[in-house]
Order: sequence, then C-alpha cells, then structure tokens
Amino acid sequence: MATSQRPVQLFRNMSAKIAAIPMVLTALVIFVGCTIWTIVHSFTKSKLLPSTKWVGFDQYERLFSQNRWLISIENIAIYGICSLIFSLVIGFLLAAMLDQKIRFEDTFRTIFLYPFALSFIVTGLVWQWVLNPEFGIQSIVRGLGWESFVFDPLYDADLVIYGVLIAGLWQGTGLIMCLMLAGLRGIDEDIWKAARVDGIPTWKTYLLIVIPMMRPVFITTLVIIAAGIVKVYDLVVAQTNGGPGIASEVPAKYVYDYMFQNQNLGQGFAASTVMLVTVLIILIPWAYLEFGGKKQHG
Amino acid sequence: MKLFKTLLGCTTAMAMSTAAFATDLEVTHWWTSGGEAAAVAEFAKAFNEGGDKWVDGAIAGSGGVARPIIISRIIGGDPMGATQLNHGRQAEELVEAGLMLDLTDVADAEGWKNLVNPVRLLDSCTLDGKVYCVPVNIHSPQWIWLSHAAYEKAGVAVPSNWDEFVASAPKLKAAGIVPLAMGQQPWQTQLAFDTLMVAVGGQDLFVKILNGKDADAAGSAEAGKVFEAYANARALSDGSNVNDWNQATNMVITAKAGGQIMGDWAQGEFQVAKQVAGKDYTCLPGLGVNEIIATGGDAFYFPKSDDAEVTAAQKRMASQMISKSVQVAFNLKKGSLPIRGDVDLTAANDCMKKGLKILAAGNILPDGVNAFSADTQGQIQDLMVEFWNDKSITPADAQKRYVAIIASAD
Repeated sequence: MATSQRPVQLFRNMSAKIAAIPMVLTALVIFVGCTIWTIVHSFTKSKLLPSTKWVGFDQYERLFSQNRWLISIENIAIYGICSLIFSLVIGFLLAAMLDQKIRFEDTFRTIFLYPFALSFIVTGLVWQWVLNPEFGIQSIVRGLGWESFVFDPLYDADLVIYGVLIAGLWQGTGLIMCLMLAGLRGIDEDIWKAARVDGIPTWKTYLLIVIPMMRPVFITTLVIIAAGIVKVYDLVVAQTNGGPGIASEVPAKYVYDYMFQNQNLGQGFAASTVMLVTVLIILIPWAYLEFGGKKQHG
Repeated sequence: MKLFKTLLGCTTAMAMSTAAFATDLEVTHWWTSGGEAAAVAEFAKAFNEGGDKWVDGAIAGSGGVARPIIISRIIGGDPMGATQLNHGRQAEELVEAGLMLDLTDVADAEGWKNLVNPVRLLDSCTLDGKVYCVPVNIHSPQWIWLSHAAYEKAGVAVPSNWDEFVASAPKLKAAGIVPLAMGQQPWQTQLAFDTLMVAVGGQDLFVKILNGKDADAAGSAEAGKVFEAYANARALSDGSNVNDWNQATNMVITAKAGGQIMGDWAQGEFQVAKQVAGKDYTCLPGLGVNEIIATGGDAFYFPKSDDAEVTAAQKRMASQMISKSVQVAFNLKKGSLPIRGDVDLTAANDCMKKGLKILAAGNILPDGVNAFSADTQGQIQDLMVEFWNDKSITPADAQKRYVAIIASAD
C-alpha cells in the first residue's frame, strides 16, 4: 500500500523536466548527434557533399602527412601555451595593481577592458597595421632616429605566430583582468588585516593566501582562455590569412579551408575530429579530478 | 508564438512578393576591381533592358573567398538567381546533386554547339549530354606584363621573352626597381607556377601532368627546370609586398616593378590607367617562349528554382549573355576574349589581338581548373605557397612533394 502511494521517481518535479526537454533535445541532437555524424563521415571519402563511401583511416593518414597540418598544430601549441600563461599572469598583475585603491580606477578598468568589445576581425586588422613595417611600430621607431630598427613579426615565418599572440593578448587580457579583480574584491578584508598583523609581505600574501583562495575564479578564466585558444580562427584570417606562406596556419582554418574551399569534407571532418579528441584528452582527466574527486569527499 | 506567427507571415509575404516580380534575379559574382565592375555592368544593362531586374550580389575578395559563400548558399537552400563560377569541376557535384538548372533546351534552340569557339568551353559546361552553364569569356593566365618606363629607367631594352627578362633583372635591381611584381594571394603564386610550366616546360609536359596526372612527367628533368625557373621568380620578386593582383599590376603601371606574371584580366587595369599596349606596356603571351594560352574563363550557373517564372527569367538571362552584342560589350571592358568566333572585335587593342590570333591558330591548352579536383588543387596550392614564402625549400624538395601530390591526384 505504502509503496503504491509513493510517487514514481520519473514523474517527480514534472514541470521542470518538461521545461528542460527542449534543451536536452538540443544537446542530444545538435551537439551529440552532429558530433557523431561528423566523426562517422571523417572515415568516408566525402568530397563536396557527404557520402558514405568507407575509406577507413585514409583521411587521418593523409592529415598527418600534411606539412600544413603539422605546422597548424605547432602553432596552436605555441599560441595556446603562451596565451594561457601570459593571459593569467598579465591579467592577475593588472588586477592586483588596480586593487591597490588607486585613483581613476574606473578609467583604467574601462581602458583595459575596451579591446574586448572589439571582434577578432577588427583586432586582427588593427594589429596588422600596427605591426606593418612600413606604417607601424617599425616606421615610428625609425622615424625617431634608430634607422636600423627591425620589427616585422608578421613578415617573418618564425615570429609570425607571436605577432598573432600579441593581438590575441591585447584583446583578451582585459576580460581576464576584470574577472581577477572581481575575485580579489571577494577576498575578505580581515584576511589582509590578519596577514599584516602577522607581518607577512604583500607579495607573499598574494602568492600563498589570496591566489589559493581565488581558485574558482582561476578555473573560470582557464575555461574562457582555453575555449578561446581552440577556436582561434578569425584573428589569424584577419591578421595574416595564414601567411607568410603557411607559417601562421591554425587547425580551425585547416578545417574550414578543406571543407569549403578544397571541397573535401572528409579531410575537414578528420581534422575537426582530431581537434575534438585533443580537447577531450585534456578535458576528461581534468574534469575527473575536479568533479569526480569531490563526490568521494562529499 | 505570436512573434513566430508574425515572422511566418512576413516570410510568406516576402515569398509572395518575389513571386509577383518573378523576374528579379540576384546574381552573385566576384568581379569587383575597376575593369571588372565596368564589364559586369554590361550584363546588368542588357538584362534590365529586357524588362527584368538584375540584383547585383557582388562578393568582395577573390574567387577563393566568394566560392564557399556561393556554394554554401546553394547547398543551404538559399540559392541566388544566377552565379559566376569558373567552369570546370567546381560545380560538378552541385550539378550531379541536381541543384543546377538544365539549360539544354536554350542551348539547342540557339545552336550553342556551333557558335561557341573553342567548343571545349561548352563541353566543360556539359554533363551527360546536358548543358548546365553559359560560358561568357575566355581568360588565359599565361601572360607577362612589362613596363616600358621601368626598362627605360634601368637602361635596358624591353625583354621579348622570359630568359631575357631574367637576364635583365640585375640592371632593374640596380636601378631600384623590383624585377617581378607578385601579389601574395595564394592563387597568384599558383598562377605563376602554371604559367612557367607552359613557358619553360612546354605544352607536352603541361598536358601530361595537368590532364594526364602523370607522376613520372612531374618528376622528370624538364619539370625540374620549371621548378628552377620558379625558384628564380621567387628571388626576383623580393621586395614586392603587395597583396592583391591589381596592386601588383599597379606596380608595373607606375614603373615600380619591371613586370608581372598575370592573366589577361590585368589588361583592364592598364586600360583604366589609360596606358596603351605596345607603347606604355608590352604583353607577352606564354612569357614569349611558348605562345600557347589556356582557355579557361568564367561561366554563369543558374541554381534550380521551383518557380516557373524564375526559371523562365534564368533562361532569358542565359540566352542574353551569349548573344553577340552583349559578348562584345562585356569582353571589351573585361579585357577577355569572347567565346564566339563570329563577333566583330575591331575595337580590340594590341594585346587582345595577340590573344585572338593565338586562338585562331588553335594554340590552346586545357586549363588547369578543368583537370584537377578542388582538393588536389588545394594541395598543390598549399605546396606552392609554402615554397614561395620559405626560401629554405629547394626546388628539388618541392618537386619531390609535387610528384607525391600528382601521384595521388584525382
């Protein structure tokens, strides 16, 4: 008798579940469904239109024999690591400086955050001009008298990815700074007072007390920066279009070019699958440590 | 829901209004430089005079930018009325998927088979005996354009072939002139290679590799010479940092550069700058070595529509584009050659006449666009771009990789 009266688990909180159905469907069909579709078709000989002619791992073999793909991976690795480190370091330093109760804080905050309001396309074009040897920094410094000054990263195949990195950092660190600043403001004043009473130097307080306390903020920024790294495409297209030569190609551009310009969907799908797998390899162990571990404690 | 209904109402109303003026056709193309825009205006004029309305959908950037947009619109179910594409294999799969209008009835009624010259252009519009596009002009990439003023400044005679051009380069450099102007866009890098292949390697080699996909020919000593010449060109273009082809052409027009390897569409730019062929500039088909030109060109495709009136208007446009008067007006502005042999071109200039003469003599090549799939083309282009920008790659290395691509080409 008692068991029949108990509401079935499935129908508990019915309205919330119904409301969630559209999003669940979207997630299943769009994200999971399309991802599987893409992966399946990366094993086919799809050209301009998807086909189901099976070729096994041919597309992947070809992918990793392409110089352009290898350069793309190298570039994204350099861009990724540098952008991760510099975004966090510069973002935190700026935030810590703004946190010193300086004057005109609002003004500085606005200035630092402003580039984030620009799209990557605009950022890319702006920095293309700034780094152009005939109009930008090089010509200004030469105009000041240093005739032999050379600074043309966008025309040097070895340096070009750092030129892209500068533009990316200029655009992105403002946001990171704001998030960090919010995190710093969330630290209780009493902690600072206690640290001061104990005679701990400021830098040590930051490093050993404040930063560990800001862990959630760091994770948020990490996710934002990482997502920005994987999808970097428009910045490169606007700033260098992959040049000089193929020195600043990135994986996302490879995918686009193969799918839409070279009319080889199979190759593009294979490249995007590799991108997905790489992200998963990094993401899954991290998510396991981050969320799986907590459950055991809780 | 209300919003959705309103939107639905709007779109239905829009669909109905297009049905009422079924003769509005949106035409997409990537002709945006001065000479090109003037040429495409001739098409629009003729179409508007026929009582229809030409809605211009120019896409800025090169074909490489425009093609993906055009193709994704057709595949995505938002087709335009008509669109420019280079004929050949770019639209092959779209045609096979039944997305393009069959123009066979118009072609048969007007006897296109008899009037298109060379007939190969119509063949590349034809699939399984049905015609799917209208060829509108003949373009050949195998030209070099030389600035008389630049050679005067350097104190050497204007070269009459590629070898003389290479020999004269040091004097140009000494006079502070860049010997070879080159835009940095990938297709230009590719074009220079194909042109050198015809000029230095000769017609047989070109046909063997580009049509026969013969990997042995690609690895032969003759092909090696082409790569050597290409490496030469790479060295000669040092100091030319422009991007677009018309900027490079402008270097030749203003005598900042000695010459440019570029297709005959460069002619439009010389015309806009009011320069005279033979007096201010010289053009050498086949780089003056092998006077052979390819007959690629542009064609218009008409995506299939369910609307009978749109279909009728598309067919009207197709028949206009190939008509005598429009062909003459368009090609004179474009600097290209007309696709029919029976038109009067007394107004043509020196360079166009050179082209017409070669065409009449039948010294024509199949165009690269016709032979390789977009995929293979992309691979070759990547290689050329890499080679062109990385001076540490030797011609022999590049050739080895080229052979590998040709061996797996489709």
